Amino acid sequence: MHLILFIVFAGFCLAGAINLLLQSHPINSALSLIVVMTSLAVLYLMLGAEFLAAAQVIVYAGAIMVLFTFVIMLLNAGREDRTLGSRAAGRVGFPAVVAVLAVIATMILHAHGLGVARLSDGITTTEELSAVLFTKLLLPFEVTSVLILIAILGAVALASRGNGDQERTGGR
Amino acid sequence: MTILQFLLWSLLKVAVVTVVMLVGVAYTVLLERKLVGRIQNRWGPSRVGPFGLLQPLVDGAKNFLKEDIIPTGVYRPLYLMAPIIALGCALISIAVVPFGETNVGPGGLVKPGELNFFQISDVNIGLLVILGVTSISVYGIALAGWSSNSKYSLLGALRSSAQMVSYELALGLSLVGVVLRSGTLNLRVIVEQQSTQGMLTWNLFGGMQFVAFFIYLTAAYAETNRSPFDLPEAESELTGGYHTEYSSMKFAMFFMAEYANMITVGCVATLLFLGGWTSPFGDLIPPPQNIFVHALFPIFWFVLKVFSFLFLYVWVRGTLPRFRYDQLMNFGWRYLMPLAIVNIVATSLWLAYR
Repeated sequence: MHLILFIVFAGFCLAGAINLLLQSHPINSALSLIVVMTSLAVLYLMLGAEFLAAAQVIVYAGAIMVLFTFVIMLLNAGREDRTLGSRAAGRVGFPAVVAVLAVIATMILHAHGLGVARLSDGITTTEELSAVLFTKLLLPFEVTSVLILIAILGAVALASRGNGDQERTGGR
Repeated sequence: MTILQFLLWSLLKVAVVTVVMLVGVAYTVLLERKLVGRIQNRWGPSRVGPFGLLQPLVDGAKNFLKEDIIPTGVYRPLYLMAPIIALGCALISIAVVPFGETNVGPGGLVKPGELNFFQISDVNIGLLVILGVTSISVYGIALAGWSSNSKYSLLGALRSSAQMVSYELALGLSLVGVVLRSGTLNLRVIVEQQSTQGMLTWNLFGGMQFVAFFIYLTAAYAETNRSPFDLPEAESELTGGYHTEYSSMKFAMFFMAEYANMITVGCVATLLFLGGWTSPFGDLIPPPQNIFVHALFPIFWFVLKVFSFLFLYVWVRGTLPRFRYDQLMNFGWRYLMPLAIVNIVATSLWLAYR
């Protein structure tokens, strides 16, 4: 049962990723990315990480990708043009990606002491996850939060600088 | 329970819930038309059937028989997919909502855990599933507006997706207080924890979550694109908003999605703040001995509570004027969200102090 579901959703995931690269219209690529993310969420769910799955859907598919599509809609970006540069990037890029992935995969396969995760009925509940997150991993967690805060402040600082043709304060 | 039995029972439950939901959607439309009619001192639909009760059937038939026009300039795949996404998301989230107790009958005709009679699937993260599906449903509207290739649709869709993304934050944060109090994301457990003393232990009264309830209601109105936040379809400015270019059944699907979302939001508010299917009088009324009455009593309370939410929805629509767009965004980001954060901090302090 788990295996069937895994094959189906891993298939969705791969198909979405390949479609993302092949589509020439940005909104189709964005939608393929949503498919990839939601099928990844299902894979997380099958590994028993239910909170992670929900967070994946809410944060990535529901918030970040909405902003992506939002920008595509606002800018009304058209089809991409195939130029010499993009063809060259395709020629060099695919082998490069394969090489990098191969290096990462061999590193992971040779590493020791990594935990195992398997498709199972067992579920890591939100309580267990938060217990680990807020006791053992508190420092990395807080550092990540500060990192995100810095990114937000940077975005606000950049946005509030403006072009000079709008007032600095007041209004949105 | 074997896998075949599980499959059959699930299919049966899905079929029943979907049919009930769609009938509920049809009659919510009628309720809205009747109530708004009464608020404006007129009758509302009253010709078809007694008190106009068959009006939804006729409306449905009309929508099916209308000519289905697809404008030439649209981007077809997304144009056709958008209403399906909207309606699909609206109908999926009801799958985790529990409507009644697990053990049906006084002696426990069906043992808990063996067969969940009044819920399609009892998941640990029910609340998050609902929030996740809500956040996906933005795409239905956004894609509809974009693929229609019309300025009114695009503006409506942009307004709508910005509004939904903004108010989703306030909506999610307002629920954190309840989650803090109950310590779980499982909707069934959240309800069971509120059921001990009837109305006194509801999260709304016993849990002092008035502020959260207010934020949830406001954000939910914005989230379902309902008046006074119905900017995406402001007919005075945008002719119709994101569904300007849609006709016939596709147009109806957007409306079915909107009303289905209203029902879901009402269900969630009932579960989280009003004690779900439990009686507001606690044990003052002894549980009935008849097995059918015992099974249907919780359903009665649940439907009554959800109905009161739908009533409130229509009442608000008939009473309040529409917000201006900058007011809407200001209200969401500058008032509701800080208020929700204050509520979280206050609730956590209270829980830590207790």
